[in-house]
Amino acid sequence: MTDGERRHPAWVSWASSVGVLAVLATLPFVLKSYHLGIATQILIFAILAMSIDVLAGFSGRTPLCHGAIFGTATYFVIYSVNIWDLPLPAALLVGVAAATVLSAVFAILAVRVSGVYFLLLTLALGLVVWGVCLRWSQVTGGENGLRGDLRRGALADIKVFYAIAAATSLFAYIAMRRFVNSPFGLTLRGIRDSESRMASLGYNVTLHVFLAFVVSGFFAGLAGSIYAVFNNYVSPSAVALPQSVQGLLMAIVGGIGTLVGSYVGAALIIMLELFVSAFTERWQIVLGSVFVAIMLFAPEGIVGKINQLTRRHSQSKNTNP
Amino acid sequence: MSVFQVLNGLTFAALLFIVASGFTLIFGLLRIVNLAHGALYLLGGYIGLTVATATGSYLLSGIAAMAGIALAGLLLDQTLLRWVKGHDLRQVLLTLGVALVLNDLTLVIWGGDTFSVPIPSVLQGAANVGSVFYPKFRLFVLGVGILTFICLWLMLNKTRLGALIRAGVDDAEMVEASGINIQRVFLLTFMLGSALAGLGGWLGGAFLTLYPSADSEILVFSMAVVIIGGRGSLIGAAVGSILIGMLNTFGQVWFPELAYFVIFGPMALLLAFRPLGLFGRAT
Repeated sequence: MTDGERRHPAWVSWASSVGVLAVLATLPFVLKSYHLGIATQILIFAILAMSIDVLAGFSGRTPLCHGAIFGTATYFVIYSVNIWDLPLPAALLVGVAAATVLSAVFAILAVRVSGVYFLLLTLALGLVVWGVCLRWSQVTGGENGLRGDLRRGALADIKVFYAIAAATSLFAYIAMRRFVNSPFGLTLRGIRDSESRMASLGYNVTLHVFLAFVVSGFFAGLAGSIYAVFNNYVSPSAVALPQSVQGLLMAIVGGIGTLVGSYVGAALIIMLELFVSAFTERWQIVLGSVFVAIMLFAPEGIVGKINQLTRRHSQSKNTNP
Repeated sequence: MSVFQVLNGLTFAALLFIVASGFTLIFGLLRIVNLAHGALYLLGGYIGLTVATATGSYLLSGIAAMAGIALAGLLLDQTLLRWVKGHDLRQVLLTLGVALVLNDLTLVIWGGDTFSVPIPSVLQGAANVGSVFYPKFRLFVLGVGILTFICLWLMLNKTRLGALIRAGVDDAEMVEASGINIQRVFLLTFMLGSALAGLGGWLGGAFLTLYPSADSEILVFSMAVVIIGGRGSLIGAAVGSILIGMLNTFGQVWFPELAYFVIFGPMALLLAFRPLGLFGRAT
């Protein structure tokens, strides 16, 4: 399918990596702190979208529970700093660990089903988390949520925090790219394309999907943990369905199965939300309409579309020299 | 376990059945998981509310809610869903987008306040059931639920349309190959399923009241019902509704904080062992 980096010559990918790094490094010096905050948010949500892409684009299982996994990490980070008095790095580890454990539980329950059933089951599992966060108010603060004060000292400077978020985001991207291009990742793609074929070749399909789910949950948790520090606040809306929908939409708009598309999707959706909010409060109508339009006209997403066009271009070059 | 709580569970189950039977009909025959079903429910409730306040006729408001939502279903199927036929996931995600839009639209039109569809005086007050006094309206909902089950059962098992729907659930291509216009059956089923969402919204509008997030709550419940009962199974929807209705009622009494967990925990466990639900069949 759409694994871009394989078709370009090496210098193209080197040049684009250097270009991206240069842009990321200059942003703190050219953007005002408000806009730098938006860039930080984009980098964080791209991790969430990529973690969804690992499952939706490379394992053939579209999840609707990653908002819940993401938000669980956010809850755990703020709770463990507030109540357990953990230092921030330890709290971040607790957040990621909690998200990973949660995704392992989800994975055990969901690996046996695929397609629409997988979507429904993960949706329902995510809603359990939402229900618990909403009702268990002694621990989660109910609808009021939890407020934290995590960005102390150097972290209070948005430039420092941006640098950390950018580094984490890049680490997540490189790690997930290595994961999907590893032999394990190639097996996952085989499962995506034909589960029965891979099973008859002797691959343990269930185990592969389970591990992919846990890896994906780990990165969703990483995004949620960083987001806790960024936002200093968490409420049930962090684990609610629209969060999962938005994450999935970012991955789809960018292009499922491309990883890098998640950055495009996250940037577009977050900027669209800010743009629309300036004119109207009806963001949800716009979000829903974008979703419908993407499904009707460009289900392969923006990066997917570009890849498709360049491939057609290079094919026609090959056939008519 | 008092009679009162059992009745609470059963009446809620009746409402769930009405909504979930529409969901499962569409899911079973058309293979469409209509995530806009909850939004259609809410829209039906609001239409019922508006017509009931304008005309003062409860019966008329019910007919308007059902007809209005059947029409909405027709529009949804013919203008949007027909373009993504055969792509399961695109269909689901498309209806999710429609649900977001409809939900926000109802917020624009009717605002964020909680409304209750006005009910006629005949259905107000309480009736004596055995040893307890129980709200008449809830008993009315229970009656409508049972009537809906009987009508749907007769329609599916005793009419030609029902036979076509059952055949279509098993193998739509073969039905088409034997010279039946299956597309028309699909469309009728979609409208019938939507009308049931409208009926549910009209009843639920006085039972649970109408407010902006009511659509996702009822959708989650009906999804749980269908997941437990199995795709396209009427009996499954009935059994699932009673199960969820009871679990919800007693979950709220015994573990108020974990009420959601009490519903979805058993559902997730069931799915781990029977991925197609209690009455679901592989295709």
